[in-house]
Amino acid sequence: MNVIFISLLAMGGLGLFFAAVLGFASEKLKVIEDPRVAQVLEALPGLNCGACGYAGCHDLAEKIVAQGSLEDLRCPPGGSEVEEKIAEILGIAAAPAVKKRAVVKCGGGKALAVERAEYQGISNCTAAELVAGGSKACTYGCLGLGDCVTVCPFDAISMGEDDLPHVIEEKCTACGLCVEACPRNIIELVPCDNRVVVVCNSRDKGAVTRKVCKVGCIACMICVKAAPEGYQVADNLARVNCEKGDGVAEPAIPKCPTKCIVKL
Amino acid sequence: MDLLIIFISAAVVNNFVLIYFLGICPFLGVSNKTEKAFSMGLATTFVMVLAALVTWLINNLILIPFNLPFLQYVSFIIVIASLVQFVEMFIRKTSSTLYRALGIFLPLITTNCAILGLALLAALREYNFIQSVVFGFAAGVGFTLALLIMAGIREELEMAPIPEPFKGAPITLIIAGLLALAFMGFAGLIAG
Repeated sequence: MNVIFISLLAMGGLGLFFAAVLGFASEKLKVIEDPRVAQVLEALPGLNCGACGYAGCHDLAEKIVAQGSLEDLRCPPGGSEVEEKIAEILGIAAAPAVKKRAVVKCGGGKALAVERAEYQGISNCTAAELVAGGSKACTYGCLGLGDCVTVCPFDAISMGEDDLPHVIEEKCTACGLCVEACPRNIIELVPCDNRVVVVCNSRDKGAVTRKVCKVGCIACMICVKAAPEGYQVADNLARVNCEKGDGVAEPAIPKCPTKCIVKL
Repeated sequence: MDLLIIFISAAVVNNFVLIYFLGICPFLGVSNKTEKAFSMGLATTFVMVLAALVTWLINNLILIPFNLPFLQYVSFIIVIASLVQFVEMFIRKTSSTLYRALGIFLPLITTNCAILGLALLAALREYNFIQSVVFGFAAGVGFTLALLIMAGIREELEMAPIPEPFKGAPITLIIAGLLALAFMGFAGLIAG
């Protein structure tokens, strides 16, 4: 009986003592966090994808609150919706954000692009690029081994029958992870309003491109002639002038001899 | 001389992690970056020294005089849990980056068996106050040493051509085993 009583007393005393010390310490060492950080964190998607350039959503929320504005700070997956919410929390006006999606700038799928060898190594674009540039004769084209599919946290890219990645636009948040993952820099973030795209990335001279791919851009300048405002050609590759909009670029689509300008 | 032997014994010869296999959880969990491993080692060492100090006081001033040695486990766990809470608050206040880097492994120091093992071993070996504190510090140093060696190797491994099936946990466990084997070499440096 006595032992039980003493044990209770000893343990109770110890518990009380440590409770008092911790209670005191929690008051002394309290971390005062700006309540807006928690609010902003709530508004963010919470994906911790790192597309904003910070280590997770909490880091970005802290940066936004510390800066007091959204200048230079973006949440690509959240888009304008999230930015409006954050702006409301901070009591500032949100800048209109351009919604973008990933576009794969290669149309040279199976049967269209010439194969020069058989690649039997690790099924991974980066590895194939390191070995000898993969199986395709075109050194700019898609390797078709799906690094972008693997890296996409939103399941927005899938491999098509033609061994080319296809972006599912509704799922794409323009986080840019696939852009970085692609060893050939084929993927680009294009504003959603721009439907007309040149799906080729080859900087080879026209004659070379023609030999290795049926749908490569040969820099023939016909698109520029058909729609001078809509296109510009540099490094043997045509590019759409995104700022001018689709209307200007559209007339050149049927004119393109290799059909590498498409409306997605 | 006595204290030096206790120190070398606990830090190297009978290293808590590599010879006693205590505290394996953070040893594998927080050993991917040397910087993080060092911080974790420091935090654990701090808790170990304080735990050795406080548990000695409790053991010798409360438990032994009142003949309550069966309360050792319970009371030591209370001490350790409180200390970890305190360290957590302290780190959160002083460095929020470190706080987030350590993450779940910080509160997990509570359930780190190295610390409870330290308190129980010190009680079992009937160390005096100074010896206990030295023992706690040495255990912490040994823990930090093991973590640092591991983290150093793992940083190198990131560049190494590891066969696919060995990547991640398997190669880490193999290295842990090899390190333990290497530390066996210290056995016999000090008798007992």
